[in-house]
Amino acid sequence: MQLSAKHLEYWNRNLKVTLTLLVLWFLVTYVLGYFARSLDFNFFGWPFYFWVGGQGALVVYVLIIVYYARYMNRLDREYGVEEEEE
Amino acid sequence: MGAVQSSQKSFTQQLKKVYAFYTGGFVAFVIVLAILEQMGLPRQTIGYVFLIATILLYAGIGIISRTSEASEYYVAGRRVPAMFNGMAVGADWMSAASFIGMAGTLYLTGYNGLAFVMGWTGGYVLVALLLAPYLRKFGQFTIPDFLGARYGGHVPRFIGLVIAIICSFTYVVAQIYGVGIITTRLTGVQFEIGIFLGLAGILVCSFLGGMKAVTWTQVAQYIILIIAYLIPVVWLSVQQTGFPIPQLVYGQQLQKVTQLEEKLAADPKENEVRKIFADRAAVAVEKLKDVPKSFAEGKAALEKQVADARAGGDAEAIKKAEEALGKFPKDEAAAAALWGRERGLAARGAPISRHAQAFPGATEKAQDISRRNFLALIFCLMIGTAALPHILMRYYTTPSVREARNSVAWSLFFIFLLYFTAPALAVLIKYVIYSDITGTAFASLPAWVQSWQAVDPGLLSIVDVNADGIVQRAEISIGGDIVVLATPEIAGLPYVVSGMVAAGGLAAALSTADGLLLTVANALSHDLYYKMIDPNAPTQRRVLLSKILLLVVAILAALVASQKPADILFLVSAAFSFAAAGFFPALVLGIFWKRATGIAASLGMLAGFGVTFYYMTLTQPWLRDVFYGIPRTVPVTNLWWDIQPISAGLWGVPLGFIVIVLVSLVTPAPDRKTQEMVEHVRYPNLRAA
Repeated sequence: MQLSAKHLEYWNRNLKVTLTLLVLWFLVTYVLGYFARSLDFNFFGWPFYFWVGGQGALVVYVLIIVYYARYMNRLDREYGVEEEEE
Repeated sequence: MGAVQSSQKSFTQQLKKVYAFYTGGFVAFVIVLAILEQMGLPRQTIGYVFLIATILLYAGIGIISRTSEASEYYVAGRRVPAMFNGMAVGADWMSAASFIGMAGTLYLTGYNGLAFVMGWTGGYVLVALLLAPYLRKFGQFTIPDFLGARYGGHVPRFIGLVIAIICSFTYVVAQIYGVGIITTRLTGVQFEIGIFLGLAGILVCSFLGGMKAVTWTQVAQYIILIIAYLIPVVWLSVQQTGFPIPQLVYGQQLQKVTQLEEKLAADPKENEVRKIFADRAAVAVEKLKDVPKSFAEGKAALEKQVADARAGGDAEAIKKAEEALGKFPKDEAAAAALWGRERGLAARGAPISRHAQAFPGATEKAQDISRRNFLALIFCLMIGTAALPHILMRYYTTPSVREARNSVAWSLFFIFLLYFTAPALAVLIKYVIYSDITGTAFASLPAWVQSWQAVDPGLLSIVDVNADGIVQRAEISIGGDIVVLATPEIAGLPYVVSGMVAAGGLAAALSTADGLLLTVANALSHDLYYKMIDPNAPTQRRVLLSKILLLVVAILAALVASQKPADILFLVSAAFSFAAAGFFPALVLGIFWKRATGIAASLGMLAGFGVTFYYMTLTQPWLRDVFYGIPRTVPVTNLWWDIQPISAGLWGVPLGFIVIVLVSLVTPAPDRKTQEMVEHVRYPNLRAA
């Protein structure tokens, strides 16, 4: 099947959101992780870096995935590429 | 169309009702047992009831869901709703290591242990963004299926199935080992019998109903394991802080632990105990420098004492000297092992570690190495999570791409519930140990200390090293595996909760073993036999073959587990590095880069897996002994960039990417058909060409 310009636009938007979310994932995991020793301030009782490792990063991961699922499910409809119910 | 949709909807409603009843039933069951315990039901019986009732339950679900249809057997008919698939992934994912081991690791290593928490959850971001929806759109049965279709021909498929089997088999051995340990604790039967009891539970389920039965059992197992994990932690939190949501308030307990650590670090009695350990370790190091000489001298000295005592004629002295000689190691190997253990006491002689400290180390260089390994481990665990076939396979079972995306979100949510509780549990338990146990007189230690010491001194031992009658922190030695299992007793909960926690651990180990066994059996029956050897084989025969293979693989794994192989934890972590280096580059490039060619993918998988394996054989003491005959006591000095062997995937993953990209560029582009297949997986509504 020949892909239309619309298909390519859909794919580009998919790549863009994927990349953005991966950058966020990288920041939370590796950049905050790398600078853990300097992020030592009180955050609701925890040292900030410890809270990030034990909870904060995990919450961000869940939010990234939920956001992606909603965004893509909407994008499918917008570009008319959502699958027909079989 | 509409009818199918509404039938899927009513199916989901039905499922919700069934599992709500089931959860209520489980709670009622625990309450009844609790009442019976108050009326005098013995502990041993409670253990048996939990073991038998849960295994019967799983077997029952297996019998109800029995099937011999291929799509039911391999992918549960592709109609598992997102939320339930999420729970099934949760149970599939969380193994004995997560349930029993993780809080213990956090207890022992503090901040650095959070690498496991972040790695094993952050990997799902990669699953969601890069793999799950596309694999669902591809819509076959296994991961080698995808490699075979995308990269053309049997070679990539074959490499894929070999790697899948290696990862899954090492992993399943560890699960069955865990099953053996828990059944032994729960009922007191022999380890080997425990293994085969658990095995029976696994087999009835996956043997009869394949993926269909495993899915519905895993949902049931998830519910048990999460209830069992949360209740004791909530209780501890109420005891310590008066607030029932430990995840919100353990920060204040962490501050108290930090204060206690400062106090203990300055305590002269603590220092006295640590010095005793450090001295013993130093003596052992001296002896290990020349084992034959130290052995001969030590033995001669004791023999001389016996001879002197005999000459003196004092019966008491003779007896004492003979006993000392009797305790001396029998041969040089035994002596080396004993002194090796003594040398290990240096860790207990070291200054107290700070729970909240990131990347501890005496020098800047040591801190740097600690941080490097922390980040490398997170990297390997994340990429490995996104490449383990038994997890990726689960996303074939959802009804649509859309549901696959939602399903990853549910998966991570259900996993998150346990993973963000584990760090809280570790801190709460540490507070009990540091504030309540440390400083108590030996005579008035709580009963659970005695009973766990009796089970296995390797798990918990408190010995009055400096003979002052008071427990010092440094005199307490805790094995990581005890933290979760002993929490109910530490929190002063009735025994029925201990039974429930053990049943939760059993559910975690069994559910993971189920998923892994299916992966191995399917790789052999579907990929090797059906796709490569006999493409005309009728469905019935394929499913039957898969069932027989399942049985064979399960028994093999049980036999290996009953040998109690060394370094089981290392094997589990190794599976992550193997999967990461073997699969991740080929899968991701296969979807996102049309130009990636079959030859390149095959070479990339081999190179990535190869270098990972090679690095492990160079640097892991046990593998080094197996492959090159270097004794384990020889220190490892040939690390690359100071990276520990557990993170060997750090070399394999980039190498895999580089090889695939470079070789693809010099080989002819994939044909039109392959390119169309890539387009097909990218757009949810495109039909296969």
